[in-house]
Amino acid sequence: MAKFDKPEDIKVIVATDCGSTTTKAILIEYTNGEYRLVSRGEAPTTVEAPFEDVTMGVLNAVAELEELTGRKILDENGKFISPANGKIGTDVYISTSSAGGGLQMMVAGVVRSMTAESAERAALGAGAIVMDVIASNDKRLPHEQIERIRHLRPDMILLSGGIDGGTTTHVVELAELIAAADPRPRLGSSYRLPVIYAGNKDAAEAVGKVLKDKVDLKTVDNLRPVLERENLGPAREEIHELFMEHVMAQAPGYKKLMSWTDAPIMPTPGAVGLIIQTIADQYNIEAIGVDIGGATTDVFSVFRPEGNKPVFNRTVSANLGMSYSISNVFAEATVPMVMRWVPFEMDERDLRNRVKNKMVRPTTIPQSLEELIFEQAIAKEALRLAFIQHKSFATTLKGVQQQRTIADAFEQKSSGDSIVNMLSLDMLIGSGGVLSHAPRRQQAAFMMIDAFLPEGITRLAVDSIFMMPQLGVLAEVQPKAATEVFEKDCLIHLGTCICPSGKSKKGGPVMKYSIELPDGTITGTLNHLEMKKFELGLGDDGLPLKAKAVLEPGKQFDLGAGKGVKVEVELNGGVVGIILDGRGRPFDLSTLAEKERVSYLKEWMKELDIYPAM
Amino acid sequence: MGHAYTPGLKVTSNYLIKKDRILPLKGEVKVRVGDKVQPDDVVAETHLPGNVVPLNVANILGLPPEDLEMAMSKKEGEAITEGEQIALKKSFIKYFNKACKATIDGSIESISHITGQVLQRGKPVPVQVKAYLRGEIVEVFPNEGVVVACHGAFVQGIFGIGGETYGNLRIAVSDNSTVLTDELITDDMAGQVIVGGSLVTADALEKAIKVKAKGIVVGGFDDKDLRDFLGYDIGVAITGSEDKGITLVVSEGFGKIDMAGKTFDLLKNHEGQMACINGATQIRAGVIRPEVVIPRVEQGHVEVSGPTEVMGLATGSPIRVIRHPYFGRLGKVTDLPSPLHKLESESKARVLEVEFEDGSKAIVPRANVEMIED
Repeated sequence: MAKFDKPEDIKVIVATDCGSTTTKAILIEYTNGEYRLVSRGEAPTTVEAPFEDVTMGVLNAVAELEELTGRKILDENGKFISPANGKIGTDVYISTSSAGGGLQMMVAGVVRSMTAESAERAALGAGAIVMDVIASNDKRLPHEQIERIRHLRPDMILLSGGIDGGTTTHVVELAELIAAADPRPRLGSSYRLPVIYAGNKDAAEAVGKVLKDKVDLKTVDNLRPVLERENLGPAREEIHELFMEHVMAQAPGYKKLMSWTDAPIMPTPGAVGLIIQTIADQYNIEAIGVDIGGATTDVFSVFRPEGNKPVFNRTVSANLGMSYSISNVFAEATVPMVMRWVPFEMDERDLRNRVKNKMVRPTTIPQSLEELIFEQAIAKEALRLAFIQHKSFATTLKGVQQQRTIADAFEQKSSGDSIVNMLSLDMLIGSGGVLSHAPRRQQAAFMMIDAFLPEGITRLAVDSIFMMPQLGVLAEVQPKAATEVFEKDCLIHLGTCICPSGKSKKGGPVMKYSIELPDGTITGTLNHLEMKKFELGLGDDGLPLKAKAVLEPGKQFDLGAGKGVKVEVELNGGVVGIILDGRGRPFDLSTLAEKERVSYLKEWMKELDIYPAM
Repeated sequence: MGHAYTPGLKVTSNYLIKKDRILPLKGEVKVRVGDKVQPDDVVAETHLPGNVVPLNVANILGLPPEDLEMAMSKKEGEAITEGEQIALKKSFIKYFNKACKATIDGSIESISHITGQVLQRGKPVPVQVKAYLRGEIVEVFPNEGVVVACHGAFVQGIFGIGGETYGNLRIAVSDNSTVLTDELITDDMAGQVIVGGSLVTADALEKAIKVKAKGIVVGGFDDKDLRDFLGYDIGVAITGSEDKGITLVVSEGFGKIDMAGKTFDLLKNHEGQMACINGATQIRAGVIRPEVVIPRVEQGHVEVSGPTEVMGLATGSPIRVIRHPYFGRLGKVTDLPSPLHKLESESKARVLEVEFEDGSKAIVPRANVEMIED
């Protein structure tokens, strides 16, 4: 394929994402001074029997792109034509993959909340599913740990432990457990299981001796060289290398696919993480992305706890999803928590059976309004639970000694605090069927607001057709194209949610507002437990319209500048508009009396035009 | 997408059933192609490496790890028995000698002079794979396993619990809508596979275990009863390893739902015959559904033919609705309009028109029906 000296020379891009069921292809072209999505095609993924060649699905998806756009991308032999020339060929072809179950890893470290957690962060950030975390202090007996390692059959293991110059015994002990388990790779027995060692450099030699005859061992820099700092980059890069070399190379047809692409194939969630980081960097914002699927929910975040340096985190809630795992959401959340979002009564026995029937027949869709409201209530709980997990994982480093001054004593800050700060969050992006395909966009906004409870001023968006993965890899090749398409075609801008943070015992006014909307300025007061919506749509360029606003929170309320401090901001519109949420934070619907709860829910649903008349 | 419907569960009186019977590790295959087998026949066996039990001998003896090698009376690879001395720390006075004893039967896997740890490997664990079906061996994978095949009736369920078992079929209800209650379970059902109608109650399930029945095949089961029965809530549909003394195959879904007439009639026609059943269910990644296999009494030679073509939905196709508000109702497709249709939930979806058995008609999303396949 053609090589380009400068990213600007890339004018035509084809990108695919090979999912476990569908392979999605997109075509991006540079026209009229900007990169835009031209079209998308999809076809069933062909990793499994009887095809067992992923490239067939890729070619089918690309062939659909050709049909839809008239661009000839493949030659007679099914090869990509490159570089592009007029309506023929493409300059770049890239791909991501989660087919065959994605990248499944096991990680190990000495202390669960320190090196083991850093290893977990490295693996998750690289796009892996972490099957288990083994730690010297995880309360399991060694033989139980060995049994577990043997049973799991991961794609690879990341072994860490000890800061440089720290413990060697515990690290070697972990290596001995792995050697004793003699783990086999998940795909095929023709190669040895890759193990990455990223622990105490003083233990590297001893670890090598223990493991060298049993596994394919790679050693990289310690991912926690000192307690105060993580160095996850080298481990993540090695994970991606090995993912390509071993895991992908074992999957049917991937060797061929790898020879076609202009950049390494990336695990799908790893690529989603990259685009979110790219966007956060580019606009200097804090962002959360969530992808709620049938089986799992991924949460990505970029926050700047110490000022400017962005910290990226990803978590996977393996058993929170809307079809295969729906029953688990129901069980974890409990019935009252799901039903608090539903403004009518349903029989619990019947509900349970409905949930289980969705679990065993995961492809069904809600036909009646009642089913839709119920399903969206479950989605709110799945998102809420996934976000709780994320907040407890996205923390400052644990085990770090802190110097305290007398002032710190009042703040009660300690190591291991969550870095997720909803007041400073700028953007919340939702993805996954239940959000992206909600019949009304307001429903997606409502689900995200109720589940994440944003505070202050937060932009809301959903991924239109789940092309974040492709744009993630593209960000590595041509970042400008990735961000332009992300803003203009990938995101559906829903609008902005304004929620003063704080609680009022008495009720009454929460905030005064004055917003300069295109048809005139509106002013008013937002009262406690009130929600309001104002239209502020998109411009001709597909980007949000802006509106100047003066927002004056009450004495107990904060919009990010401090309690009672007035803010003057420019608000971003979207297909839903501006939502004012006067419910305060923290907010817990289940604290309202039953009659009140139903009446408020109905009122909010009516005000925000969430559902057709009930 | 053209196939926006759930492929139906198979219910057929004449089917070629093939089952891979594969060892978890390489081992010995005990049968040859052409051999006739019964469900309990062992077709392959192997030994899994024994469990590893670590022992920090250096700590126990109070030695620095680097001195461990010298204290060991057993070397790597040597056999050990529980209670046998494996290491000794000698003292000038014999009385103060300190010994370390093996905690399991097996062998010494490794001795570490860095951690002071000795790994003991238990004795190999024998693993046998049985035929599961009454049939014929049609293929052998040397050292790995076999394929057992038989002709017979085949019913796929939607959800089940418990693993492989077999027994003679016993119809315990008068029709497909009767609830299987504990009064209908009798002592002479020991060793049998009991067929119920629309629902099995929790009491009936307990009684079936008490009388030592092998399994239950039924239309529906209540989720609350399932939770009470298992003692936990199933979050993700991966089952088959439950050890409750019975295998349950649910043919339609959760709640009280009449077993499809065709399924009930098929089972009734084979009453008294051997049924091999498996409750194992997995909805994700390579779907596994629970099943009932009724091998034909006279097998003769099993002809292995190619896979049969799966037909798509068409006008006249028999279907079952698999989601509210028409959940569980059976009917025939009367129209397949191609434009997207706006549902009450305002979702836009491909739909079909169905005529139910009572003659009434409804519009249903194609994703919410399942073909009843032959």
